[in-house]
Amino acid sequence: MAVKVIIPTPLRPYAGKQESVEMEAGNVREALAGLTTRFGELKKHLYSDDGRLRSFVNVYVNDEDIRYLEKEETQLRDGDIVSIVPSIAGGARK
Amino acid sequence: MSVSPLRISDALLRRIQAHGVETFPHECCGAMLGRDSETSREVIELLPLANRRDDSPRNRFEVTPSDVQMAEKKAREMRVDVIGWYHSHPNAPARPSEFDREHAWPWYSYVIVSVEASGPRDTKSWRLRDDRSAYDPEVIESVAQSASI
Repeated sequence: MAVKVIIPTPLRPYAGKQESVEMEAGNVREALAGLTTRFGELKKHLYSDDGRLRSFVNVYVNDEDIRYLEKEETQLRDGDIVSIVPSIAGGARK
Repeated sequence: MSVSPLRISDALLRRIQAHGVETFPHECCGAMLGRDSETSREVIELLPLANRRDDSPRNRFEVTPSDVQMAEKKAREMRVDVIGWYHSHPNAPARPSEFDREHAWPWYSYVIVSVEASGPRDTKSWRLRDDRSAYDPEVIESVAQSASI
């Protein structure tokens, strides 16, 4: 399926300064894998060492959070837009 | 890693500090809107936000994705970008914690203001290293007045 992946501002320097990337992917997992294969430096900012999407990385297919769909197995259709949207979190002590 | 200074007016810095005082002993948070180039980064406006960590606001803050999108929409309307985020550390130093580091995004400027009951203390800015191992300090450069939009 031909989809567009929207890259958030803080990751654009690691993706050739592109705001979006078009690719073929059947589900969200494939889309993110395609993104990190093309731009290897993105991987550590999207995934923790155990291979899971970092908790502050939110992924939407069109306007729906994949947590409420099939997560990374969410199927994609032609023309879908996959958006990576940050949460911002932190705090004073560990 | 050498990063360009974060240019910000004294008035905007005082607003960040005032927000931290207002929410003390809870952490405050907000977006910094401005312009970024190869050689400079300047804060033009602030967007104070609600700390969505109702469960632990004394030592945690969170800006939800919908609030991030709202900040980005505001930035687009002003023809600038979201260039970073600020938050306060009540009764703690103005330097990133391990929790901060684990949850940080690269590229953004992170301004932290240390706040005590007697008022604001240090205000410092930080940028996450590309390898996520640590932050590098970012010099805060005072400008007389933020550039008009």
